[in-house]
Amino acid sequence: MSHGPSASGGALVAAPAHGAHDVPHEPVFVGAQRAELDRILSRYPTKQAALLPALWMLQDARGWVSEGGMAEVAEMLGLTPAYVKGVVTFYTMYHQHPVGRHFVQVCTTTPCNVCGAEEVVQAMLKATGCPDLGLTSPDGRFTVIEVECLGACGFATPIMVNNDFIESVTPESVARLVAELP
Amino acid sequence: MGYPHPSHPRETPILSRYFGDAEARTLAGWQARGGYEVLREALATDPQQLQGIVKDSGLRGRGGAGFPTGMKWSFMKPDGKVHYLCCNADESEPGTFKDREIMRWTPHALVEGVALAAHAIYAETAYIYIRGEFTEPYARVSRAVEEAYAAGFLGANAMGSGRRVDVHVHRGAGAYICGEETALMNSLEGRRGNPRIKPPFPAVAGLFGKPTTINNVETLTTVPHIIRHGAEWYKQYGRPDNPRSVGTKLFSVCGNVSRPGLYEVALGFPFREFLYDLCGGAPSGREIKAVIPGGSSVPILTREEAEGAVMDYEGFVAAGTMLGSGGVIVFDDRQDMVRQIARLTRFYAHESCAQCTQCREGTAWITRIMERIRDGEGTAEDLDTLVSISENMSGKTICVLSDSCATPVLSGLRKFRHEFEARIAPSRSTVAVPGALRAPAA
Ligand SMILES: Cc1cc2nc3c(=O)[nH]c(=O)nc-3n(C[C@H](O)[C@H](O)[C@H](O)COP(=O)(O)O)c2cc1C
Ligand code: SF4
Ligand code: FES
Repeated sequence: MSHGPSASGGALVAAPAHGAHDVPHEPVFVGAQRAELDRILSRYPTKQAALLPALWMLQDARGWVSEGGMAEVAEMLGLTPAYVKGVVTFYTMYHQHPVGRHFVQVCTTTPCNVCGAEEVVQAMLKATGCPDLGLTSPDGRFTVIEVECLGACGFATPIMVNNDFIESVTPESVARLVAELP
Repeated sequence: MGYPHPSHPRETPILSRYFGDAEARTLAGWQARGGYEVLREALATDPQQLQGIVKDSGLRGRGGAGFPTGMKWSFMKPDGKVHYLCCNADESEPGTFKDREIMRWTPHALVEGVALAAHAIYAETAYIYIRGEFTEPYARVSRAVEEAYAAGFLGANAMGSGRRVDVHVHRGAGAYICGEETALMNSLEGRRGNPRIKPPFPAVAGLFGKPTTINNVETLTTVPHIIRHGAEWYKQYGRPDNPRSVGTKLFSVCGNVSRPGLYEVALGFPFREFLYDLCGGAPSGREIKAVIPGGSSVPILTREEAEGAVMDYEGFVAAGTMLGSGGVIVFDDRQDMVRQIARLTRFYAHESCAQCTQCREGTAWITRIMERIRDGEGTAEDLDTLVSISENMSGKTICVLSDSCATPVLSGLRKFRHEFEARIAPSRSTVAVPGALRAPAA
């Protein structure tokens, strides 16, 4: 659930970028994707149980979960768009707005916090040029947010860049790491 | 082997034996290490008998609550109904990262344990629910499941046993609360991850309304070892004078410690030796100030309390805390406890699913007050308010997330009260509190 501000007062969700919301939705579940969804559906006794996997497929294909995308998922699974939105908003990992090419999540929960995670966040904002947490850098490359425990606390500070984990990040290692990303 | 450092001679590496050994990840590699032999035998064994062995072994759930696994399984009877097994791989409790390494290094060990347990509880279908952020564990376990299907170890006629065992991997999408067993079931069903009111318990009406058993990754990975070597073998690990805590346990160690990482020890291990000899104590030049031994939801120990504790369910209770998930968080003498406890309450405020008033409001208010004290703006009355809110949010809600938020506050106030008081005017400037004068980082 994300109904509170983050540890250092920044946003935990990405802020909207202008324009993207007006682009019409191109269907995702056609051809191979449709076959993949059918395969997933066969694993569960209800269609609804395929909702999280279908939303992942949507986000993987489009980079975020738009209203049009949610409507398509709803139709595929026999649900209402309002129901789908209700589920989407419960989870933190579905982007309800487009995000930068590299979506960077830095853990700042206590075990990482005592190892200096907040300094990693500051170094990350500086190196990426993101004006603040949750905002995308002017060149569109980065969005940085703080997250709660990533389940890798012994490798402080872990960060996620899109789907990849990077462990043991320090304020000193941030600049090179950012420079190496396309 | 051990990961991220070689196993210490005082460890008992059973689950962690192949951590760091990349070959153990493949089906061929796992079979070369004896994998799947016990599953083949188990699939030909009566489920009642398997339940009996696990009951006799004394194995208790490794997800946090320590419920006896054999007893949980015994609720599942041959009643002809559809049964489900859920494997809880949501691992999100701050300080805990043991299931992650099981899945990354020995995914077949988990698949084998899941398939065995499914048979033992009369289920044909099992779901492994992995937290959304665990992309690598998800890929490794998915790959292992595919390999096991391709080899005929899973599916309609698993290992030629004539029994159907299907295992599916399901990815979460970011929500700590989905580790709570009934929230996990709701999430798997494609709903918001709100915990359910119990009863009915999962063994009666769980996933898709059917009788369901849910177990943690570590619990399920332990089971094949018990079936292979027997209950007596398993019971040899533990204190001779405490038959209620047996076997080995993975501890994930983090925070201000020289050698963070995973350690597997027999229950009953002395915590002092663990902290200093295995983990190397605090980083050089510093001292341990406090330890949370079982994930962020259990009471904080002072250094003295920790040094006297014994690492098993009863030992940690005797020390005033709990074994929990085995996530050991170490704080050194530079740490500001008010600041760190405030950060923990913020975690719970963020993760509350918000359906119970005491939890939704309590976690938010506690966080607000903790941060006000952290920032030097608290009053003496705030300390009493914290206690009263904490008491009002414990034992009153659908799940125990609410209690978990109150725990560090109450134990912190009891054990580090001087640090709280030092933040409150006028004595603030006269008492040295580590970090108190440091500006907030953001
Ligand atoms: C808020 C909350 C979060 C939990 N998170 C987890 C988790 O991430 N993994 C886990 O195995 N158990 C978690 N549990 C415990 C489960 O509800 C359940 O007891 C456990 O999965 C049972 O498995 P076991 O008997 O093998 O331990 C959590 C409980 C609560 C109340
Ligand atoms: S205690 Fe909190 S997290 Fe648990 S069900 Fe109630 S509101 Fe949700
Ligand atoms: S607290 Fe940072 S990964 Fe767990």
